Amino acid sequence: MSSDARPGRVQRVAQLAALIGVAALLGLLIWKVAFGRTTGAADELAEGKLVHAPAFTLDRLDRDGQLGMGDLKGKAVVVNFWASWCVPCRDEAPVLQKTYERYRDQGLVVLGVDVNDFRQDARRFMKRYGLTYPVVYDGKGSTVGKWGVRGFPETFFVDRTGKLVGERIEGAVDIERNRDAFQRGVALALGNTS
Amino acid sequence: MAARVVLVAAVVLASFAATVSAVAAPSPSDLEAEFVCPTCKTTLDQSDSPIARRMKQVIRDSLAEGKTEAQIRDQLVAQFGPAVVAEPPKKGFDLLAWLLPLGLLVAGALGVGVVAWGWSRRRDARDGEDEPPARLDPDLERRLDAELDRYDA
Repeated sequence: MSSDARPGRVQRVAQLAALIGVAALLGLLIWKVAFGRTTGAADELAEGKLVHAPAFTLDRLDRDGQLGMGDLKGKAVVVNFWASWCVPCRDEAPVLQKTYERYRDQGLVVLGVDVNDFRQDARRFMKRYGLTYPVVYDGKGSTVGKWGVRGFPETFFVDRTGKLVGERIEGAVDIERNRDAFQRGVALALGNTS
Repeated sequence: MAARVVLVAAVVLASFAATVSAVAAPSPSDLEAEFVCPTCKTTLDQSDSPIARRMKQVIRDSLAEGKTEAQIRDQLVAQFGPAVVAEPPKKGFDLLAWLLPLGLLVAGALGVGVVAWGWSRRRDARDGEDEPPARLDPDLERRLDAELDRYDA
Protein backbone atom coordinates (compact mmCIF):
# COMPACT_ATOMS: atom_id res chain seq x y z
CA MET A 1 0.00 0.00 0.00
CA SER A 2 1.38 3.45 -0.91
CA SER A 3 2.08 5.96 1.89
CA ASP A 4 -0.59 8.41 0.81
CA ALA A 5 -3.31 5.74 1.26
CA ARG A 6 -2.58 5.46 5.02
CA PRO A 7 -4.49 8.07 7.03
CA GLY A 8 -2.26 10.57 8.84
CA ARG A 9 -2.03 10.69 12.65
CA VAL A 10 -4.09 13.89 12.85
CA GLN A 11 -6.88 12.31 10.82
CA ARG A 12 -6.88 9.18 13.02
CA VAL A 13 -7.06 11.24 16.18
CA ALA A 14 -9.90 13.34 14.73
CA GLN A 15 -11.82 10.22 13.71
CA LEU A 16 -11.33 8.69 17.15
CA ALA A 17 -12.43 11.88 18.86
CA ALA A 18 -15.55 12.04 16.71
CA LEU A 19 -16.39 8.39 17.50
CA ILE A 20 -15.90 8.96 21.23
CA GLY A 21 -18.10 12.07 21.07
CA VAL A 22 -20.91 10.25 19.28
CA ALA A 23 -20.67 7.27 21.65
CA ALA A 24 -20.77 9.59 24.67
CA LEU A 25 -23.85 11.42 23.38
CA LEU A 26 -25.57 8.13 22.59
CA GLY A 27 -24.74 6.83 26.05
CA LEU A 28 -26.12 9.98 27.62
CA LEU A 29 -29.35 9.64 25.63
CA ILE A 30 -29.78 6.01 26.66
CA TRP A 31 -29.09 6.79 30.30
CA LYS A 32 -31.52 9.69 30.28
CA VAL A 33 -34.30 7.61 28.76
CA ALA A 34 -33.71 4.60 31.01
CA PHE A 35 -32.88 6.25 34.35
CA GLY A 36 -33.49 9.97 34.03
CA ARG A 37 -37.22 9.93 34.56
CA THR A 38 -38.14 11.47 37.88
CA THR A 39 -41.49 10.65 39.36
CA GLY A 40 -43.43 12.98 41.60
CA ALA A 41 -45.21 12.01 44.79
CA ALA A 42 -48.50 11.71 42.90
CA ASP A 43 -47.11 9.00 40.63
CA GLU A 44 -45.80 7.02 43.59
CA LEU A 45 -49.15 7.40 45.35
CA ALA A 46 -50.94 6.09 42.26
CA GLU A 47 -48.64 3.05 42.32
CA GLY A 48 -49.84 2.30 45.84
CA LYS A 49 -46.60 3.24 47.54
CA LEU A 50 -46.42 4.79 50.99
CA VAL A 51 -45.37 8.36 50.29
CA HIS A 52 -44.54 11.20 52.65
CA ALA A 53 -45.75 14.59 51.52
CA PRO A 54 -42.81 16.37 49.85
CA ALA A 55 -41.48 19.21 51.98
CA PHE A 56 -41.55 22.85 51.03
CA THR A 57 -41.48 26.23 52.77
CA LEU A 58 -42.88 29.20 50.88
CA ASP A 59 -43.91 32.81 51.46
CA ARG A 60 -47.47 33.27 52.65
CA LEU A 61 -49.98 35.31 50.71
CA ASP A 62 -52.59 35.52 53.48
CA ARG A 63 -50.17 37.16 55.91
CA ASP A 64 -46.46 37.92 56.42
CA GLY A 65 -43.97 35.15 56.93
CA GLN A 66 -43.55 31.66 55.54
CA LEU A 67 -45.32 28.35 55.94
CA GLY A 68 -44.27 24.83 55.12
CA MET A 69 -45.43 21.26 55.46
CA GLY A 70 -43.16 20.97 58.51
CA ASP A 71 -45.24 23.58 60.32
CA LEU A 72 -48.37 21.46 59.91
CA LYS A 73 -47.21 18.32 61.70
CA GLY A 74 -50.05 16.63 63.52
CA LYS A 75 -52.63 18.29 61.28
CA ALA A 76 -54.78 16.78 58.57
CA VAL A 77 -53.97 18.79 55.45
CA VAL A 78 -55.80 19.26 52.17
CA VAL A 79 -53.11 20.62 49.79
CA ASN A 80 -54.64 22.45 46.85
CA PHE A 81 -52.50 23.62 43.89
CA TRP A 82 -54.17 26.49 42.05
CA ALA A 83 -53.75 29.76 40.17
CA SER A 84 -55.94 32.85 39.76
CA TRP A 85 -56.03 32.38 35.99
CA CYS A 86 -57.34 28.84 36.30
CA VAL A 87 -61.09 28.73 35.57
CA PRO A 88 -62.00 25.51 37.51
CA CYS A 89 -60.12 26.94 40.51
CA ARG A 90 -62.80 29.60 40.76
CA ASP A 91 -65.52 26.94 40.87
CA GLU A 92 -63.95 24.89 43.65
CA ALA A 93 -62.77 27.76 45.87
CA PRO A 94 -66.06 27.99 47.82
CA VAL A 95 -66.03 24.21 48.44
CA LEU A 96 -62.52 24.34 49.83
CA GLN A 97 -63.38 27.28 52.07
CA LYS A 98 -66.48 25.52 53.38
CA THR A 99 -64.47 22.34 54.06
CA TYR A 100 -61.91 24.36 56.02
CA GLU A 101 -64.59 26.05 58.13
CA ARG A 102 -66.40 22.76 58.81
CA TYR A 103 -63.41 20.63 59.87
CA ARG A 104 -61.02 23.24 61.23
CA ASP A 105 -61.91 22.38 64.83
CA GLN A 106 -61.01 18.75 64.15
CA GLY A 107 -57.51 19.80 63.17
CA LEU A 108 -57.92 20.03 59.40
CA VAL A 109 -56.06 22.69 57.41
CA VAL A 110 -56.66 23.53 53.77
CA LEU A 111 -53.35 24.77 52.37
CA GLY A 112 -53.52 26.60 49.06
CA VAL A 113 -50.38 26.65 46.91
CA ASP A 114 -50.58 29.41 44.31
CA VAL A 115 -48.37 28.43 41.37
CA ASN A 116 -47.09 30.39 38.33
CA ASP A 117 -49.19 33.40 39.18
CA PHE A 118 -48.92 37.10 39.96
CA ARG A 119 -49.05 37.79 43.70
CA GLN A 120 -51.52 40.62 43.31
CA ASP A 121 -53.82 38.49 41.16
CA ALA A 122 -53.75 35.70 43.75
CA ARG A 123 -54.57 38.09 46.61
CA ARG A 124 -57.41 39.54 44.58
CA PHE A 125 -58.73 36.02 44.00
CA MET A 126 -58.50 35.18 47.72
CA LYS A 127 -60.41 38.32 48.62
CA ARG A 128 -63.03 37.74 45.96
CA TYR A 129 -63.82 34.21 47.18
CA GLY A 130 -63.41 34.98 50.87
CA LEU A 131 -60.60 32.47 51.43
CA THR A 132 -59.40 32.41 55.04
CA TYR A 133 -57.27 29.26 54.91
CA PRO A 134 -53.51 29.66 54.59
CA VAL A 135 -52.14 30.20 51.10
CA VAL A 136 -48.48 30.11 50.06
CA TYR A 137 -46.89 31.50 46.89
CA ASP A 138 -44.88 29.39 44.44
CA GLY A 139 -44.36 31.68 41.43
CA LYS A 140 -41.45 29.62 40.14
CA GLY A 141 -43.35 26.33 40.34
CA SER A 142 -40.72 24.67 42.53
CA THR A 143 -43.28 22.33 44.13
CA VAL A 144 -44.76 21.07 40.88
CA GLY A 145 -42.12 18.45 40.04
CA LYS A 146 -41.81 17.09 43.58
CA TRP A 147 -45.55 16.63 43.98
CA GLY A 148 -46.11 15.44 40.40
CA VAL A 149 -48.62 18.15 39.60
CA ARG A 150 -49.71 17.99 35.97
CA GLY A 151 -52.17 20.86 35.79
CA PHE A 152 -54.43 23.09 37.83
CA PRO A 153 -56.27 22.62 40.05
CA GLU A 154 -54.98 19.50 41.77
CA THR A 155 -55.69 18.43 45.34
CA PHE A 156 -53.85 16.06 47.66
CA PHE A 157 -54.59 14.78 51.16
CA VAL A 158 -52.03 14.44 53.95
CA ASP A 159 -52.76 12.63 57.20
CA ARG A 160 -51.56 13.63 60.65
CA THR A 161 -48.36 11.58 60.27
CA GLY A 162 -47.42 13.47 57.11
CA LYS A 163 -48.24 10.68 54.64
CA LEU A 164 -50.21 11.15 51.45
CA VAL A 165 -53.55 9.37 51.62
CA GLY A 166 -56.52 8.93 49.31
CA GLU A 167 -56.00 9.82 45.67
CA ARG A 168 -54.76 12.84 43.80
CA ILE A 169 -57.72 14.83 42.49
CA GLU A 170 -57.25 16.41 39.08
CA GLY A 171 -59.69 19.19 38.26
CA ALA A 172 -62.16 20.99 40.48
CA VAL A 173 -63.10 19.07 43.63
CA ASP A 174 -66.77 19.92 43.25
CA ILE A 175 -67.38 18.26 39.88
CA GLU A 176 -69.32 15.04 39.96
CA ARG A 177 -66.48 12.63 39.19
CA ASN A 178 -64.37 14.08 42.02
CA ARG A 179 -66.85 14.57 44.83
CA ASP A 180 -66.62 11.10 46.36
CA ALA A 181 -62.84 11.06 46.11
CA PHE A 182 -62.66 14.46 47.79
CA GLN A 183 -64.84 13.44 50.73
CA ARG A 184 -62.97 10.17 51.09
CA GLY A 185 -59.66 12.05 51.05
CA VAL A 186 -60.81 14.45 53.77
CA ALA A 187 -61.98 11.54 55.93
CA LEU A 188 -58.68 9.67 55.47
CA ALA A 189 -56.66 12.78 56.29
CA LEU A 190 -58.64 13.27 59.49
CA GLY A 191 -58.21 9.59 60.33
CA ASN A 192 -61.92 9.02 60.45
CA THR A 193 -61.76 5.94 58.28
CA SER A 194 -59.20 3.27 57.38
CA MET B 1 -21.11 67.76 -4.52
CA ALA B 2 -22.59 69.79 -1.69
CA ALA B 3 -26.01 68.28 -2.34
CA ARG B 4 -24.54 64.76 -2.12
CA VAL B 5 -22.91 65.56 1.21
CA VAL B 6 -26.17 66.90 2.57
CA LEU B 7 -28.05 63.80 1.36
CA VAL B 8 -25.57 61.39 2.96
CA ALA B 9 -25.63 63.36 6.19
CA ALA B 10 -29.43 63.25 6.22
CA VAL B 11 -29.49 59.49 5.70
CA VAL B 12 -26.94 58.95 8.47
CA LEU B 13 -28.85 61.16 10.88
CA ALA B 14 -32.13 59.45 10.08
CA SER B 15 -30.60 56.01 10.70
CA PHE B 16 -29.09 57.18 13.97
CA ALA B 17 -32.42 58.59 15.12
CA ALA B 18 -34.20 55.35 14.26
CA THR B 19 -31.64 53.33 16.17
CA VAL B 20 -31.82 55.56 19.22
CA SER B 21 -35.60 55.43 19.27
CA ALA B 22 -35.60 51.64 18.91
CA VAL B 23 -33.20 51.23 21.83
CA ALA B 24 -35.11 53.62 24.08
CA ALA B 25 -38.63 52.11 23.76
CA PRO B 26 -39.08 48.38 23.10
CA SER B 27 -42.42 47.31 21.72
CA PRO B 28 -44.63 44.79 23.55
CA SER B 29 -43.92 42.19 20.89
CA ASP B 30 -40.16 42.67 21.37
CA LEU B 31 -40.51 41.93 25.09
CA GLU B 32 -42.92 39.04 24.57
CA ALA B 33 -40.17 37.24 22.68
CA GLU B 34 -37.80 37.69 25.64
CA PHE B 35 -39.91 35.96 28.28
CA VAL B 36 -41.16 32.42 28.71
CA CYS B 37 -44.61 31.21 29.74
CA PRO B 38 -44.01 29.43 33.10
CA THR B 39 -46.51 26.64 32.39
CA CYS B 40 -45.99 25.95 28.69
CA LYS B 41 -42.28 26.88 28.48
CA THR B 42 -42.55 28.69 25.14
CA THR B 43 -41.94 32.39 24.64
CA LEU B 44 -44.93 34.59 25.35
CA ASP B 45 -45.32 35.59 21.71
CA GLN B 46 -45.88 31.92 20.88
CA SER B 47 -48.24 31.13 23.72
CA ASP B 48 -51.92 31.76 24.27
CA SER B 49 -52.16 30.15 27.71
CA PRO B 50 -54.07 32.09 30.39
CA ILE B 51 -50.91 33.02 32.30
CA ALA B 52 -49.13 34.02 29.05
CA ARG B 53 -52.04 36.32 28.19
CA ARG B 54 -51.88 37.80 31.69
CA MET B 55 -48.11 38.34 31.43
CA LYS B 56 -48.53 40.06 28.07
CA GLN B 57 -51.13 42.33 29.65
CA VAL B 58 -48.73 43.18 32.48
CA ILE B 59 -45.98 43.98 29.94
CA ARG B 60 -48.31 46.27 27.98
CA ASP B 61 -49.51 48.01 31.14
CA SER B 62 -45.96 48.42 32.42
CA LEU B 63 -44.77 49.93 29.13
CA ALA B 64 -47.75 52.31 29.17
CA GLU B 65 -46.71 53.38 32.68
CA GLY B 66 -43.28 54.25 31.30
CA LYS B 67 -41.36 51.35 32.84
CA THR B 68 -38.12 50.35 31.17
CA GLU B 69 -37.27 46.91 29.84
CA ALA B 70 -34.98 46.34 32.81
CA GLN B 71 -37.74 47.21 35.27
CA ILE B 72 -40.18 44.88 33.56
CA ARG B 73 -37.59 42.11 33.57
CA ASP B 74 -36.96 42.59 37.30
CA GLN B 75 -40.70 42.55 37.95
CA LEU B 76 -41.28 39.29 36.11
CA VAL B 77 -38.20 37.62 37.58
CA ALA B 78 -39.39 38.60 41.07
CA GLN B 79 -42.68 36.79 40.38
CA PHE B 80 -41.60 33.75 38.38
CA GLY B 81 -37.87 33.35 38.96
CA PRO B 82 -34.91 33.69 36.55
CA ALA B 83 -36.25 30.90 34.31
CA VAL B 84 -38.90 33.31 33.01
CA VAL B 85 -36.22 35.05 30.92
CA ALA B 86 -35.73 33.26 27.58
CA GLU B 87 -31.99 33.98 27.41
CA PRO B 88 -29.80 32.26 30.02
CA PRO B 89 -28.10 34.75 32.37
CA LYS B 90 -24.53 35.70 31.50
CA LYS B 91 -23.00 34.76 34.86
CA GLY B 92 -22.05 31.79 36.98
CA PHE B 93 -22.77 28.29 35.68
CA ASP B 94 -25.24 29.68 33.12
CA LEU B 95 -22.32 31.35 31.33
CA LEU B 96 -21.60 27.88 29.92
CA ALA B 97 -24.72 28.15 27.79
CA TRP B 98 -23.08 31.09 26.00
CA LEU B 99 -19.46 29.93 25.97
CA LEU B 100 -19.91 26.25 25.06
CA PRO B 101 -21.48 26.68 21.58
CA LEU B 102 -18.97 29.40 20.75
CA GLY B 103 -16.11 27.27 22.05
CA LEU B 104 -17.26 24.25 20.03
CA LEU B 105 -17.54 26.41 16.91
CA VAL B 106 -14.02 27.76 17.34
CA ALA B 107 -12.64 24.28 18.15
CA GLY B 108 -14.37 22.85 15.09
CA ALA B 109 -13.00 25.58 12.84
CA LEU B 110 -9.52 25.05 14.25
CA GLY B 111 -9.84 21.30 13.77
CA VAL B 112 -10.90 21.71 10.15
CA GLY B 113 -8.02 24.13 9.64
CA VAL B 114 -5.46 21.72 11.12
CA VAL B 115 -6.71 18.77 9.05
CA ALA B 116 -6.74 20.85 5.86
CA TRP B 117 -3.20 22.08 6.60
CA GLY B 118 -2.07 18.49 7.13
CA TRP B 119 -3.60 17.40 3.82
CA SER B 120 -1.96 20.24 1.91
CA ARG B 121 1.46 19.43 3.46
CA ARG B 122 1.21 15.79 2.39
CA ARG B 123 0.18 16.79 -1.13
CA ASP B 124 3.11 19.24 -1.38
CA ALA B 125 5.50 16.52 -0.21
CA ARG B 126 4.16 14.15 -2.86
CA ASP B 127 4.45 16.80 -5.59
CA GLY B 128 8.07 17.52 -4.56
CA GLU B 129 9.21 13.90 -4.83
CA ASP B 130 10.94 12.83 -8.15
CA GLU B 131 9.60 9.73 -9.74
CA PRO B 132 12.33 7.10 -9.89
CA PRO B 133 13.25 6.43 -13.50
CA ALA B 134 11.66 3.40 -14.99
CA ARG B 135 14.25 0.60 -15.36
CA LEU B 136 14.67 -1.11 -18.71
CA ASP B 137 14.95 -4.84 -19.01
CA PRO B 138 18.80 -5.67 -19.15
CA ASP B 139 18.51 -7.69 -22.44
CA LEU B 140 16.50 -4.93 -24.03
CA GLU B 141 19.01 -2.37 -22.81
CA ARG B 142 21.93 -4.32 -24.38
CA ARG B 143 20.11 -4.66 -27.71
CA LEU B 144 19.29 -0.95 -27.66
CA ASP B 145 22.95 -0.02 -26.97
CA ALA B 146 24.05 -2.32 -29.82
CA GLU B 147 21.63 -0.70 -32.25
CA LEU B 148 22.65 2.80 -31.21
CA ASP B 149 26.38 1.84 -31.59
CA ARG B 150 25.71 0.56 -35.15
CA TYR B 151 23.92 3.81 -35.89
CA ASP B 152 26.79 5.89 -34.54
CA ALA B 153 29.25 3.87 -36.52
